[in-house]
Amino acid sequence: MQLGRVIGTVVATVKYEGLEGIKLLIVQPLDRHQEPEGRPVVAADGVHMAGPGELVYFVGSREAAQALPETFVPVDHAIVGIADAVEELNPGGGS
Amino acid sequence: MKIGRVVGTVVSTINSPVFDNRKLLVCDLLGTDGAATGGYLIAVDAIDAGAGEVVLILDEGNGARQIVGEDPAPIRAMVVGIVDELMVDGDPVITAGM
Repeated sequence: MQLGRVIGTVVATVKYEGLEGIKLLIVQPLDRHQEPEGRPVVAADGVHMAGPGELVYFVGSREAAQALPETFVPVDHAIVGIADAVEELNPGGGS
Repeated sequence: MKIGRVVGTVVSTINSPVFDNRKLLVCDLLGTDGAATGGYLIAVDAIDAGAGEVVLILDEGNGARQIVGEDPAPIRAMVVGIVDELMVDGDPVITAGM
């Protein structure tokens, strides 16, 4: 999984069956310092609560569809959690 | 599988149910020279790995779902081992206690 920032929404009325009601968001992948890295992707919202501006983590490939109610759908990225914080861990010193 | 170093955690209250009560570790990926490649993964902790430890990361969904015992579940990356020693071309890259 990677960190990402939700930067937009996608509206599509004609979709493959099974994708009805799935919220699609534009997610900018981030490096672990929360700096943008790579190109934005369209991701399905697997938590039903993500919105623009939020820091999220998302899963790619086949596993993405498994975040959705119907798991055999054509989706390649899905948001699986909203990150409240990313904490650095220092060896021996706790967080 | 990949080799990484535990450098952080992700704190999250709203997530897919499979992540409930599971620790998410931010792991820098390491190359065969033991240095960070610049990439990272957020992986579910399966073995209680600690900060700074060099770990073995499974990045494959079927194996991960087998570990958590849930299917379907949107889970792929898991920390499944702690690396004590790593030898490449006969040279120690990671040695025990490092």
